Amino acid sequence: MIQLSAITKSFHTGKTNEFHALKGINLEVSLGEVIVFVGPSGSGKTTLLSIIGCMSRPTSGRIWISGQEITSLPERFAARIRRETFGFIFQNYNLIKGISVLENTMLPAYPLGGKYRLTKERAITLLDKLGIGSKIQEHVEYLSGGEQQRVAIARALINAPSIIIADEPTAHLDTRLAGQLLEIFSGFRKEGKTILIASHDALVFESAVVDRVIAMRDGSVVK
Amino acid sequence: MITLLKNLLSEMIWLERQRFFLDFTLSSLWRRKGRNLSLLVVYSLVTFLLSSVIFFTHALRKEAVIILKDGPEMIVQRTVGGRHSLIPVSYIEKIKLIRGVSSVNPRLWGYYFHPASRTNYTIMVPENFSQPDDTVETGAGVLRTWGPLTDGKLYIRAHDGEAIVLKPINTMGEGTDLVSSDLILMSETIFRKISGVPAGYATDLSVTIRNQRESATISTKITRDLPDTRPILKEDIIRTYSSLFDWRGGYVIVLLCGTVLAFFIFAWDRATGLSAEEKKEIGILKGIGWDTSDVLMMKFWEGVVISVSAFLLGVITAYIHIYVTSATLFQHALKGWSTLYPNFSLSPAIDPYQLAILFFLTVVPYTLLTIVPTWTVAVSDPDQVMRH
Repeated sequence: MIQLSAITKSFHTGKTNEFHALKGINLEVSLGEVIVFVGPSGSGKTTLLSIIGCMSRPTSGRIWISGQEITSLPERFAARIRRETFGFIFQNYNLIKGISVLENTMLPAYPLGGKYRLTKERAITLLDKLGIGSKIQEHVEYLSGGEQQRVAIARALINAPSIIIADEPTAHLDTRLAGQLLEIFSGFRKEGKTILIASHDALVFESAVVDRVIAMRDGSVVK
Repeated sequence: MITLLKNLLSEMIWLERQRFFLDFTLSSLWRRKGRNLSLLVVYSLVTFLLSSVIFFTHALRKEAVIILKDGPEMIVQRTVGGRHSLIPVSYIEKIKLIRGVSSVNPRLWGYYFHPASRTNYTIMVPENFSQPDDTVETGAGVLRTWGPLTDGKLYIRAHDGEAIVLKPINTMGEGTDLVSSDLILMSETIFRKISGVPAGYATDLSVTIRNQRESATISTKITRDLPDTRPILKEDIIRTYSSLFDWRGGYVIVLLCGTVLAFFIFAWDRATGLSAEEKKEIGILKGIGWDTSDVLMMKFWEGVVISVSAFLLGVITAYIHIYVTSATLFQHALKGWSTLYPNFSLSPAIDPYQLAILFFLTVVPYTLLTIVPTWTVAVSDPDQVMRH
């Protein structure tokens, strides 16, 4: 279970442009649940996901994942949780240009130091499963948006995370590709993965795969 | 046993991690191949020039020591007015009387300026010259620079204006070219005719000593008994050669300082200026689970790959330049003088200490240069990547 207790996040504290992105968020997410955070730009969805995913620290409040408190961990341990527990699918995919689909997919596994052959096999299996196994040697910048999205998904799954965080995953996809993505998410759900999505796309939050929709506005949960 | 296995496992994981980082580093370097190749070329060139100077001066020093090893322990010169003057052969008997001296021999040598080639040659009488008086043995550089020969003979103008015709019958091998390139060996009679050194006088005296440790004492005694002489010990000659080659090497290094400085400015710019794309990549790597030390390790490998490759390329090409192509580029700066440049091949000699210094002066600063700016970017929170 993921538990959030009184999470706040402020920027430019003490200055005239002080800004409170999150204002005391309390939340409980069961493992295996699919949750979509909806709300307008600036409502705090991305900030909340980045804090849950150990990418930044809250100004106050605590987060527990399966009983382990993660907000006060040193950077090194936070990075370890980030790569072993979470898989990230970013809005703009954030793939590294100039290297192949295979290398991009394997990147999160590099710091783990597993066997190269096994890591490569795992990446190829994932890419095959996502339907881009024929393009593993191609450079990512030559792929279509949908293909890049699938590389980003394979990369998010390479370390077999239990929680997937996806920030506006359909922002650059047409309806057909967005539908395919939701099917992939449905598969994750069947595998028991927890999925946290930030989106204001009705295709996503109205999908049958979603268990719960949490609405946010001005840094607070409104519904 | 379990601890041992655990240690072994963690070492294997560490090695695999390094392999992954190195793999990614090589891909990254290849992605920016234009930038990195230009850096590698300039970097290798600087290392090549510095290594060439180091190899060359070291090899020359070593060569000089080898050549002088079999020479006399001491040379005695006579000075008049503080300058070298001809020494009476009668001094030989006085020096022989000093205990510890095993033999004293007169040496006849001097210089001959040939106006046609505007070159100074060394003329000398060897200890056992068994050829006829009208013949000479020459160093490889003599016939090369002398100009056209008439009937295969050298026309030499003696000190009194008389023309002397000598037939070169033998050329010394290129193996001795460093010291013999400008040498003309002749009989005593011809030498005295050309140089004007009168009978009963020699250029200087060579002294052999039974026990080398007594050379300083013998030197003092010679100066006491023959106050107008100046004994020169073999180690003094070696020291002079060393400082001569060090000086020549040093002068080239001073000239190279500008190049080295320009290189460091170039390297600083290349290594420290992280582009927006590189900064974004560091953010992505952190976002997908790399920690700061992983990013720094990757950049460390990047610095190591560039600097070690440049170091090896520079050192290997310098080795070929000095020992295979006989230091072609340094010919005018470091080899010979005036118009006579000897052709000689140096026997390979590498000073590991100097190479180690060069390694630490090139590889370490560059590697650090690549890590520091990355560190400032890598310590920031990776959540910025969520917002791009």
